[in-house]
Amino acid sequence: MSWFIKKRQQKTAVEARTVRVPEGLWIKCDACRELIYRAELVNTRNVCPKCGYHFRIGVEERLASLLDPGWTVLFSHLRSVDPLGFVAAKSYAEQLRKLVESGQTEEAVVVVEGRLEGREVVLAAMNWDFLAASMGSVVGEKLRLGAERALEKACPYLIVSCSGGARMQEGTLSLMQMAKVSAALAKLDRAGIPYLSILTDPTTGGVSASYAMLGDLNIAEPKALIGFAGPRVIEQTIKQTLPDGFQRSEFLQAHGMVDKVVTRTELRRFLALTLAWMAGEGAPAAE
Amino acid sequence: MSVKPAPQAADLSELEKPILELEAQIRTLEVDPGRSKEREKLQRKLDKMKAEVFAGITDWQRAQLARHPRRPYTLDYIERICDRFEEIHGDRAFGDDSAIVGGLGWIGGQPLMIIGQQKGRDTKQKILRNFGMPRPEGYRKALRLMKLAEKFRRPILTLIDTPGAYPGVDAEERGQAEAIARNLLEMAKLKVQVVAAVIGEGGSGGALALGVADRLLMMEYATYSVITPEGCASILWKDAGQAPQAAAALRLTAPHLRELGVIDTIIPEPPGGAQMDWDGAAQNLKQAVLQAFAELASAGPEELLETRYQKYAKMGSVGS
Repeated sequence: MSWFIKKRQQKTAVEARTVRVPEGLWIKCDACRELIYRAELVNTRNVCPKCGYHFRIGVEERLASLLDPGWTVLFSHLRSVDPLGFVAAKSYAEQLRKLVESGQTEEAVVVVEGRLEGREVVLAAMNWDFLAASMGSVVGEKLRLGAERALEKACPYLIVSCSGGARMQEGTLSLMQMAKVSAALAKLDRAGIPYLSILTDPTTGGVSASYAMLGDLNIAEPKALIGFAGPRVIEQTIKQTLPDGFQRSEFLQAHGMVDKVVTRTELRRFLALTLAWMAGEGAPAAE
Repeated sequence: MSVKPAPQAADLSELEKPILELEAQIRTLEVDPGRSKEREKLQRKLDKMKAEVFAGITDWQRAQLARHPRRPYTLDYIERICDRFEEIHGDRAFGDDSAIVGGLGWIGGQPLMIIGQQKGRDTKQKILRNFGMPRPEGYRKALRLMKLAEKFRRPILTLIDTPGAYPGVDAEERGQAEAIARNLLEMAKLKVQVVAAVIGEGGSGGALALGVADRLLMMEYATYSVITPEGCASILWKDAGQAPQAAAALRLTAPHLRELGVIDTIIPEPPGGAQMDWDGAAQNLKQAVLQAFAELASAGPEELLETRYQKYAKMGSVGS
């Protein structure tokens, strides 16, 4: 008799949504469905001029939006391996090989050193294009090395998170990366070095349950999905539809987890301001 | 049979009435440049009136002044004393209590952490701010921000203005008492300079939870008390109508508390009280705050902690 029971409508999986703004002269906003002239989006750093929806952006664009020109990429020699010989619908080794072939050599996180409005920083930006920015051994190791680098230089450490969570294909080794990065951040904390966490759409699973929530300040882009269990998992478990805005940045701020929701266009200024405060300097002049 | 005593002093509103009328009169003259002489004369009369009226103000009237609906609140002061302020939200555990605001501020070019209870001006704001009565998550937010300041060795300024910690079921469930107690312990351990200023109502434990400091300042017409006059009257007199008597008995005004050694400095308010001149009040607050931090600037962390301990060790009155 199951043929007439209406299937539960599957929400669009976060993974299925496009990462980059699609090509074309006109783009339909994912949120308000209005048509946006593509050139306009470039000026707004991929924020919908009509409704303020923040399109997901790639690592290069993220770095360019936050740093002064001329940064150095660190630890890019590290490569994921397949420690478990993991095979599901696809073989992990095969997935990795294809990613490298397609030119994805930077793994799921890119760590750089550069300057943010003149101040030296080490910054890590997670790369959604590489297996949904899932956290495996290489992500953990790069983030740890990034923390060590910040410690060496006694400069602030910033991580821009977005991730589907820990990388299942590396099993418990992935889980341990949560502890590894957190331990590295504990070292920074003891040394009194600023660590800022910037949460972007979507930050979930093991990444949210470790370094993304541990910032001296946790700063989120508007309406980003942030949570431990994904909304689909929760809906399937509790068999209830979740309210609008659940697990979005503003919800997290109201519930005490996100310290401030800051738009992408204001983010760099805000980071510069807080870093000046932490360094004991006067406030940078308003733009 | 108990006879209600005639109020020994007029309520504040009656006291203020002639002043407000005169002010309105002056404002109407302002549009007419030809009558500036007349205006100046009235202005002098006003200043004199304010001085006279407020010279003989009773403790009960002061208590009303401390919670005057037009008195500047925490964010009004922050806006006026800070070069820049960025609010930071949340306790990283349960919620973001709007009855307490806090964030990164700069005063006179110096970065510091500012935290204070926030009251609402209109009905909507009052509800949002819960009438300035914080819940446990508010105090935990405050503590978290203080710890953040300590990590980066930034001084802390707290502005105190609350009828008291929120008495509610949810607040008790989440440990109102624990949250207040925790702040007292942790503030005693903060390795950075802490200056607290009572700007309006200093309502008991809910005020003290932001008030363990190296310097405790108090605005001239603020109050700081173990209980509200009404609360005290209804318990000890069994009649809330005896609040004026209770206000006098509790010694909750700045001059009394200065005598009792509870506070360090009285910050003068503009004639007639801070509600008459927000900018003037803020200017005085800023000056007093900068002065207090300057006095503390040279002390190292160990010295700060020991002096703070000694400060509180001396509090109280003990006979033998």
